Amino acid sequence: MMFDKFKPMADFQAELAERSVKPFGAVTEKILSATEGVVQGRNVILAGTNNYLGLSFDSRCIKAAQDAAVRWGTGTTGSRLANGSFAEHQALETEIAQFYGVDNAIVFSTGYTATMGMCATLAGPGDVILLDADSHASIYTGVKLSGAEIIRFKHSDPEDLAKRLRRLGDRASQTLIIAEGIYSMIGDVAPLQEIAAVKREYGGYLLVDEAHSMGVMGATGRGAAQAAGVETDVDFFCGTFSKSLGAVGGFCVSQHAELAAIRFCINSYIFTASSSPSVIASTREALRIVATEPALQTKLWDNCNRLYQGLKSMGLPVGPTASPVVAVAMEDRSRTIDCWKALMEAGVYVNLVIPPASPSTNFLLRNSVSAAHTSTQIDTIIDAYADLKVAGLITGIPAH
Amino acid sequence: MTDYSEYLSFLYSALDSQNKNKLVLSENTSLVADMGLSSLEVMEFIEKIEDHFDISIPLNILPDVNTIGDLATKVRQLNL
Repeated sequence: MMFDKFKPMADFQAELAERSVKPFGAVTEKILSATEGVVQGRNVILAGTNNYLGLSFDSRCIKAAQDAAVRWGTGTTGSRLANGSFAEHQALETEIAQFYGVDNAIVFSTGYTATMGMCATLAGPGDVILLDADSHASIYTGVKLSGAEIIRFKHSDPEDLAKRLRRLGDRASQTLIIAEGIYSMIGDVAPLQEIAAVKREYGGYLLVDEAHSMGVMGATGRGAAQAAGVETDVDFFCGTFSKSLGAVGGFCVSQHAELAAIRFCINSYIFTASSSPSVIASTREALRIVATEPALQTKLWDNCNRLYQGLKSMGLPVGPTASPVVAVAMEDRSRTIDCWKALMEAGVYVNLVIPPASPSTNFLLRNSVSAAHTSTQIDTIIDAYADLKVAGLITGIPAH
Repeated sequence: MTDYSEYLSFLYSALDSQNKNKLVLSENTSLVADMGLSSLEVMEFIEKIEDHFDISIPLNILPDVNTIGDLATKVRQLNL
């Protein structure tokens, strides 16, 4: 039967309902600030939002969105290729290209469609795509659509990447290599210096998805490649406006002038409505803030280090380094659900992640940090985990 | 290694650590339906094969791989 494959998920949802837990699609009834809300009837600290710089409530961004809605209306009602390219969209493309120091940019309606669209379009039949094994679903979906030969390399393993490029021989130069800046589930940073070096040795094209690292890393907030000093080795940067920029949308920027022609070949760009002008306007303002207010990034990292060290010193199995994503790995599904529920009861909302969304067989309590979190809020999150430990719900034993 | 049966033999031994239910493996044994391998375990197994033969197995072929025999055929083709 067609629906049989959904039964395990239906059973899981029924189990959650029986336990009075709703971690997936938890409804936020009210947003009180960038870091506080009312979720499922509880006042909670929001520690699972990707609002890394807290700009969703920046008064300048809100004002820009309000003004644009008045001036341009609530929606474009059309594709970028038809009636949906307003001067605002074009201005944002110019500004995001300038932000990255390149000449070419495309603005998409979401980050997912940006990355998926580029991965689906850049390489085609006869080409090869080498992607990191822990790539985001948008990348996996895109490469499947491409028609190219798809090969995984071990997660953040430049030696494995080199080995696979060597095996390709002459085809290596026609290979699209895909990596991310910060990986969204564990928060680990890709070894982009080493990956770029491999690319220089074997050839090919490098696409880096900076969805979780733009605004978060690099001297001017351009992301992990800037922090690693390898931007000139990156052929295509993808990213999103829905995390550090506090809105929604996505982009691709490139040093290659061919991006102008590629724009007209991307289905996820062509066959969808463009972003509302208010979204574009707040994104433009947020981009300006990221470029001119590095103190936000400093505050974010202070909070990242505070949370990471707090959880690590408790012996909890967190990722390899401090990052805006601090995930606690768990082996037991039922125990993880209990922990998520207890955190909610303690006034802390985090993300519950289950395989295959997590990169291994582990379950994750995924915390994301914001520059807008106060030190007191970070300490409250740490205390909530300490209570889980006291209650015997969580241990310091590393998950595999 | 050129013979199909040699590839089968290698796959049987390589699967030993993942054969949780101690099934008697044959070329018709399904990796998922019979052995119960998760998608992650399948990928770990694929990596083991790749390292052994110094080949890369494209993800594109996996939808056509159900049994150990299917995999032996594909690996043999890739390693020729």
